[in-house]
Amino acid sequence: MLIFGIPIQLFSTQIMLGLINGAFYAILSLGLAIIFGLLNIVNFAHGAFYMLGAFGALLMLDHLGINYWAALAIVPLVVGLLGCVIERFVLRWIYDLDHLYGMILTFGMGLVIVGIFRNMYGATGLAYSMPPGLQGGFNLGFMYLPASRAFVIVASVIVCLATWVAIEKTRVGSWLRAATEKPQLTEAFGINVPLLITLTYGFGVALAAFAGVLAAPIFSVNPMMGSDLIIVVFAVVVIGGMGSISGAILTGFMLGLVEGLTKVFWPQASSTVIFVIMAIVLLVRPAGLFGKQA
Amino acid sequence: MPETKQAAMLQVRGLEAWYGESHVLHGVNFDVHEGEVVTLLGRNGAGKSTTLKAIMGMLKRSKGSVKFRGRELLGTSSRHIARAGIAFCPEDRGIYSSLTVEENLLLPPVVAEGGMTVAEIHQLFPNLAERRRSQGTRLSGGEQQMLAIGRILRTGARLLLLDEPTEGLAPVIVQQIGATIRKLKERGYTVVLVEQNFHFASTVADRHYVMDHGAIVDMIPNAEIGAHTEKLNSYLGV
Amino acid sequence: MMQKNIPASSDAAAPLGMSRTHLVLMLVLAALVVVSPFTLYPLFVVKVLCFALFALSLNLMLGNLGLLSFGHAAYFGMSSYAAAHAAKVFGFTPELAILFGVLVALALGAVIGALAVRRKGIYFAMVTLAFAQMIYFFSLQAPFTGGEDGIQQVPRGNLFGLFSLRDDMALYALVAVVFLLGVLALYRITYSPFGQILRSIRDNEARAISLGYRVNGYKWLAFVLGAGFAGLAGSMKAIAFQLASLTDVYWGMSGEVVLMALIGGMGTFFGPIVGAALVVWMQNELASFGAWVTIVQGLVFMFCILAFRKGILGAVGQLLGRKV
Repeated sequence: MLIFGIPIQLFSTQIMLGLINGAFYAILSLGLAIIFGLLNIVNFAHGAFYMLGAFGALLMLDHLGINYWAALAIVPLVVGLLGCVIERFVLRWIYDLDHLYGMILTFGMGLVIVGIFRNMYGATGLAYSMPPGLQGGFNLGFMYLPASRAFVIVASVIVCLATWVAIEKTRVGSWLRAATEKPQLTEAFGINVPLLITLTYGFGVALAAFAGVLAAPIFSVNPMMGSDLIIVVFAVVVIGGMGSISGAILTGFMLGLVEGLTKVFWPQASSTVIFVIMAIVLLVRPAGLFGKQA
Repeated sequence: MPETKQAAMLQVRGLEAWYGESHVLHGVNFDVHEGEVVTLLGRNGAGKSTTLKAIMGMLKRSKGSVKFRGRELLGTSSRHIARAGIAFCPEDRGIYSSLTVEENLLLPPVVAEGGMTVAEIHQLFPNLAERRRSQGTRLSGGEQQMLAIGRILRTGARLLLLDEPTEGLAPVIVQQIGATIRKLKERGYTVVLVEQNFHFASTVADRHYVMDHGAIVDMIPNAEIGAHTEKLNSYLGV
Repeated sequence: MMQKNIPASSDAAAPLGMSRTHLVLMLVLAALVVVSPFTLYPLFVVKVLCFALFALSLNLMLGNLGLLSFGHAAYFGMSSYAAAHAAKVFGFTPELAILFGVLVALALGAVIGALAVRRKGIYFAMVTLAFAQMIYFFSLQAPFTGGEDGIQQVPRGNLFGLFSLRDDMALYALVAVVFLLGVLALYRITYSPFGQILRSIRDNEARAISLGYRVNGYKWLAFVLGAGFAGLAGSMKAIAFQLASLTDVYWGMSGEVVLMALIGGMGTFFGPIVGAALVVWMQNELASFGAWVTIVQGLVFMFCILAFRKGILGAVGQLLGRKV
């Protein structure tokens, strides 16, 4: 069967791959947006934390025998804790400064983290064996859907939704939204805003690490895996506008899908289509699709 | 000054403050006794709002002494001050647009016993119950003011700092707010009120401090306000 | 507050329109440029000069407008490819090849700049980075760039068809002259009414708008100029080292040039030159240590932001009590 002249198998496979990329874009831009909202820092080290997540899963498996499922819970926690420590002792010093300094600082941080791992593991990828529960797949007739891929998409949708609910609908979420909107007044009510900031950074990078664990069995684990990805995520974030949480999630999935479709019809353009869309959005709606007018 | 044997609930001595390089408060001194409603009157730029913010620990640079129930609070963080039992209602009302009315109401944490329950606050301000799911900033100016006052009543704080609660509001609402403040006084709350409208102030307060150029220049008991109208007018630049 | 740059006023009427400190620095720079190829390896100094010009081009926007072009390698690298291609395939003489490279950089800067200046602050930086990445992917795939291999064996050729540049000292002479002229040009631009307007936009954009300045137009022009000078640096580098490669358009290169400006002192005019010298030297020394370069760079970034925001020249200026 053909869709627009393309065999349906190819078409649907690319859609699936697009959704997978979109899943990663969504989780990563979500973390970036949350951190930016409260801390006003563009976390250039976000890709490095994603990489830490993948390596964390790998190292835990190889050295501690901790399997994928446990790693999904433990690794983000550990990386989140690391993030809290970093916020408390490194990032805290630059809040009063121009945003640019935060960007350069986290850029440097990312270089250090990636550099350390490149030193230890080189630039080539390491394999993370597919966990038993995710082997095999489903024959859907028009395509074969590997269980691992389906899991990535489902898991990231769940995590994104859960995060959205936590922020928009819970009491703690209201503290976060309040501190993001008016940090000084919120503190004057007795809420521990500095602690909130620390935990938020930790949570944001934990999300990145979670994405890293998800990525481990699917892409190879290598120190550079976050570096190129993060720049695409920046484009996603510029397109979506960093104002809204739901905007980040939707834009991430949407752009992944667009990228996947582009691969079907015009493969050479697939690596740049997101940047082209960014250019168009900048011309037409500079604040981003979901952004508030800057 | 009323004679009391007890120390004042709030004692401010030699309070100085800066906004960046600008020296805004030049040694503010005043007392507030428990159960009183006291106003800070003065024209724009006199330093009234700054004084409240300094008490609340919201300024980067300040000097002097602010004692609350005998404890020195100056130099501590604003959240520490809030938890000591002081609550602040800012001039722009500070209603969060990213929170619903109900979330706005529930935001300030309870810092002491004896605060009002949500039900009691809804009774005091029925609009807040009706519009609880609306976005905070969709309320009218008057409703937002009610919300701003209502949410700090839940905390159990006994000293309330209100910054120009009647600013920009219709006379009917102003009366409501006056009635609310009198009700709060009956319940034993202590209120420091910043106002430019001294007619309104005279309907709720026990004493009035007058501020000019960052310092207290006069204190007029409410009973004597009629006698000093001209003097007040000149202070307020009316 | 962004590190205050180049004082907004005090463009006193000194000889040549320079303050005394700047005149001294300019003369010291010229002297160093003349003397160094006799004491240091000439090609090393050529590398320093190219990257110094690159860093100065970045600082045109960064120091005067507070806008960080985080994707500046795009213009450096693309002009490098263009010049290499022109010299090797079109057979241009070196000065024409370099000119060609600069024109390509200017065109690229004009297009990307028009889009990028629609955002401010961090968004601006992210946008420039994203476009640079686009250029990187393009360079990876386009046939003329040679992909992973790059364009190799670019002929140095004969300057004006007459003077062979094969000798390193002859090449050095060209690079030195172009560099010094470039520095003078950038200096004049920085300390012109145009530069003053840029700084006033940085200090209070709303006010500049209310005064009737087409702010985005000025930003765009500064962007294009910054791209052009980056292109000049890139083209020269391609001819000098006879190579144009993917490294030149990679985001790592963009990061490095930011590091140069930061270490040297973003708030000064000459700072980026010092920074470039230091970073190029550092890379030379650490070349055999592989990934350690990345780690050291990252640590230096962090150190500068946390404890050394003025950069070297800025700190020196502070010590001496002079506006540098």
